[in-house]
Amino acid sequence: MLGTLTILLLCQLAGELIARILHLPVPGPVIGMVLLFIGLLVKGDVPTPLQDMAGGILRHLSLLFVPAGVGVMAHLHRLGTEALPIAAALFGSTLLGVALTAWVMAALSRRGEDRR
Amino acid sequence: MSPDFHEIWVYLSASPLAGLTLTLVAYQAGLWVFEQFGRRPILNPVLIAVLLIAGLLTATGVEYRTYFDGAQFVHFLLGPATVALAVPLYKQFNEVRRSAPALIVALLAGSAASALSAVGIAWALGASERTLLSLAPKSVTSPIAMGVSEQIGGLPSLTAVFVILTGIIAASLGTWVLNLVRVKDWRARGFGMGVAAHGIGTARALQVNEVAGAFAGLGMGLNALATAILLPVLYHLIFG
Repeated sequence: MLGTLTILLLCQLAGELIARILHLPVPGPVIGMVLLFIGLLVKGDVPTPLQDMAGGILRHLSLLFVPAGVGVMAHLHRLGTEALPIAAALFGSTLLGVALTAWVMAALSRRGEDRR
Repeated sequence: MSPDFHEIWVYLSASPLAGLTLTLVAYQAGLWVFEQFGRRPILNPVLIAVLLIAGLLTATGVEYRTYFDGAQFVHFLLGPATVALAVPLYKQFNEVRRSAPALIVALLAGSAASALSAVGIAWALGASERTLLSLAPKSVTSPIAMGVSEQIGGLPSLTAVFVILTGIIAASLGTWVLNLVRVKDWRARGFGMGVAAHGIGTARALQVNEVAGAFAGLGMGLNALATAILLPVLYHLIFG
């Protein structure tokens, strides 16, 4: 477990460094994800400890958003005065985004498979 | 208040232990409610935990900053967790490669639609400019959304709140809207959740189906990339 956590942190650290040195607008962890992905491609399989660690941390992924979510406290005033536009924008755009992305993807991949 | 109790209170409010423990306890309570009432997506554990903690902090008069001193240890794990998404992605790599063209078109459509409709709806209903700019990057993972928000003149901490709310909305209502548009393909369902609702959408997709989870992680990563590059460009084109 210790070794795996170290690998994850090393990938993240390398990602942060690359983002900063090359002035990329992408967050370090996302680059870290790409680095680990390349590593797995090179190695050709997922070591069991890494599999277990990733499974464990991703099963409780939503826990990690709680601290930032509590930040809602600091913005209650703005959320109160602009409640209607904010609520309508969040609900409308989120549901449209989920539906449209999935619909376009399903329609295109169905067409691709029909052709084959 | 007796002096002993006062001392204990001072210790608790100054140590990160309380904020950290509170976060875990509140989340477990959220999970318990979610499991107990038939895993209904509307009873999102994040939503329940956030309401519990915010309520408790408000009632006891503890500031968010003080709470975050402890909770930041949980918050920090978002980084390694994002890196760990490479694992499900690798396991679905053959699927991903086969659907690459569809993924790219769906990504661009979904990313643009999320950002433009958010800003458009809020603008039509009279939101302030600060709010509009803070809304634009709300579909992507918090570190990048906050960075983009700052770049285009929004409020990063307000954007973080919009990011979380977006995730909770998708986790609660995503299944419903995906059934409404009759998408059955797990790859597409997951990808939609990841593109439109980042890590919280991905967490929800992982709960439901492993293929959906892998495509959600991919969608989240790709939209982080697309938004970080395209949104500032779009902003400069529109506002000069």
